[in-house]
Amino acid sequence: MNTQNLSYVRSDMLNAQPAPISTRTVSGWVRTNLLATPKDTVLTLLAVVLLIWALPGILDWLFFNAVWSGSDRSACTTVAQGGIQPEGWKGACWAFVGDRFQQFMFGRYPLDERWRPMLVAALFVVLLVPLLVPKLPRKGLTALLFFVVFPVVAFFLLHGGVLGLEEVETPLWGGLMVTLILSFVGIAVSLPVGILLALGRRSKMPVIRMLCVGFIEIIRGVPLISVLFMANVMLPLFLPTGWTIDNFLRALVGVAIFASAYMAEVIRGGLQAIPKGQTEGSESLGLSYWQTMRLVILPQAIKLVIPGIVNTFIGLFKDTSLVSIIGMFDLLGIVRLNFTDTTWITPVTPITGLIFAGFIFWLFCFGMSRYSAFMERHLDTSHKR
Amino acid sequence: MKKTLLSAAIGAAVLGFASAASAATLDNVKAKGFVQCGVNTGLAGFAAPDSAGNWTGFDVDYCKAVAAAVFGDASKVKYTPTTAQSRFTALQSGEVDLLARNTTWTISRDTSLGLNFRYVNYYDGQGFMIPKSLNVKSALELSGAAVCVQSGTTTELNLADYFKSNNLQYNPVVFEKLEEVNAAYQAGRCDVYTTDQSGLYSLRLSLSNPDDHIILPEIISKEPLGPAVRQGDDQWFDIVTWAGYAMVQAEDFGITQKNLEEMKNSTNPDIRRFLGVEKDTKIGTDLGLTNEWAYNIIKNVGNYGEVFERNIGANTPLKIQRGLNALWSKGGLQYAPPVR
Repeated sequence: MNTQNLSYVRSDMLNAQPAPISTRTVSGWVRTNLLATPKDTVLTLLAVVLLIWALPGILDWLFFNAVWSGSDRSACTTVAQGGIQPEGWKGACWAFVGDRFQQFMFGRYPLDERWRPMLVAALFVVLLVPLLVPKLPRKGLTALLFFVVFPVVAFFLLHGGVLGLEEVETPLWGGLMVTLILSFVGIAVSLPVGILLALGRRSKMPVIRMLCVGFIEIIRGVPLISVLFMANVMLPLFLPTGWTIDNFLRALVGVAIFASAYMAEVIRGGLQAIPKGQTEGSESLGLSYWQTMRLVILPQAIKLVIPGIVNTFIGLFKDTSLVSIIGMFDLLGIVRLNFTDTTWITPVTPITGLIFAGFIFWLFCFGMSRYSAFMERHLDTSHKR
Repeated sequence: MKKTLLSAAIGAAVLGFASAASAATLDNVKAKGFVQCGVNTGLAGFAAPDSAGNWTGFDVDYCKAVAAAVFGDASKVKYTPTTAQSRFTALQSGEVDLLARNTTWTISRDTSLGLNFRYVNYYDGQGFMIPKSLNVKSALELSGAAVCVQSGTTTELNLADYFKSNNLQYNPVVFEKLEEVNAAYQAGRCDVYTTDQSGLYSLRLSLSNPDDHIILPEIISKEPLGPAVRQGDDQWFDIVTWAGYAMVQAEDFGITQKNLEEMKNSTNPDIRRFLGVEKDTKIGTDLGLTNEWAYNIIKNVGNYGEVFERNIGANTPLKIQRGLNALWSKGGLQYAPPVR
């Protein structure tokens, strides 16, 4: 049928019109988002009242009344408490954080040697950025440097004892440095080990399957705190006299095996989401087991479980603060340790220190979370439902 | 049943290793070149880091004194922060050479845990803190008071015992965590706060009006805190013990870090022997050290009074009075056996 000359069919497109005024202007946005229905209006008003009630106090405490410089507790205490602030003063004591900032970063690492952790941190960033930005080339080489060469270099730089570097023993390590090392090792070990465990758990070979299931279930069935506690309190009793395993190493191993067990289950979730046809298809192409896994199954499975993986990483990052119960000082541990220093005991020191530690933890966790969201979008091949 | 088996196994392991780990600690320490000292993971005035991250405090100075006695150099110490749970294992397993960690000397620790105590470097005890406005001068006037206390501690039991034996009524306000007890006291939920006295002093610093609160003179429990070593090595035990007595003796003699060199020329043979300048003195060598051992302690760390004042005394924020820790000649309990 000829539809060319029907008078009621338009032959040209209408010009694009601007969006309705209610969706363009600020007042339009407010109306649709904040005041759309009576219920919305009431909730909005309540929220505004809450903000007006709480925000000035919080801002005053955090910034305007806060103490930014000082060298001891007198800066952050009122006259009655033996300090210089007026009666009734309340505010954050950022001077405490400023005074102890280096210690929060490096723990009790010797002052003259602190360039070493800084150099390690710089190396870390330099190697990490090319890995994180998808467009940059030579991923394989960078990954090799990052996961194989970097840990060795970092260990010798931090620990010393070679090439004229002064030896710095692990009890002196602390602060954010320890938190980052524990999480880096935990993450770097748990992903490959977790993948192997997950494959092992689905293996058709009974011994391997039993071993993997046993490992995963035992480790997952025990709280991290008791793994660390066993390593710290019980292990020395079973070792021959004079034998000690470095406390830090014990914690590292504990955290790494713990994270691996969790990671294995996350990866297994991804593996189970891949239809059997994928395996059968690649087998019919003559691919070996490892080729099938490496080229077909794992890339799809891991992409599916990125949120779960990052969730485990973030959990691991925060779990590292548990090492403070075995007498090691991670970021949180060293902040809390400094509460006991008589130079800085004030009513506001603990809360200030904890807010600072919380902020640093949030910064790293939020960073990881944003990056994973970016990776999900980047790897998206529209299987999303 | 499982629990008893496990604890039996642990006990056996502890005993086995406690005796195995007893071989000459002094030789080990000398070979290593440092003293490995177990300290608290953070207790105001006793073990805490300064701004450079160095450990300082009353207990830390004890570690330094032992290092000074052995090496003549107080810096030859490595510190192992130990928690309340891990401290005894650390000592039993040989991870640390001595424990200077505000540990109460009790008979069960002395016997069944396989530790040795002899010298007490701080006589602590459970005390009470109350707001000044209540006008109470003695704990015996506390009848009917609401008392903030941490649950599951000996503090709670001592409190009950004390009030019962004095026929006083009280309302315990019990909390699980120390921070909660602090918060409750500050919020006025109870009239009285009770814990070890040294803890009360540091808590007072974190109150919004420290001067409105007083610590009552009564002490209702004995908490003698002292350094501990493993059983089975008498030589090392002697060294650790006498390092403490030397500091007390030095205060008794009036030897300070300042007048140490003059005191070397003293005519008092006791002092000369003590400082190792008298001829034919063998005190130090009998300990397995040099005769300058006491001289080195005073030079590096100071006498007992100096250590006390520097870390927790009246000029520090903690403002702890000497009290029971004054010399015996001044009404306290610090008494050193004769050095001769």
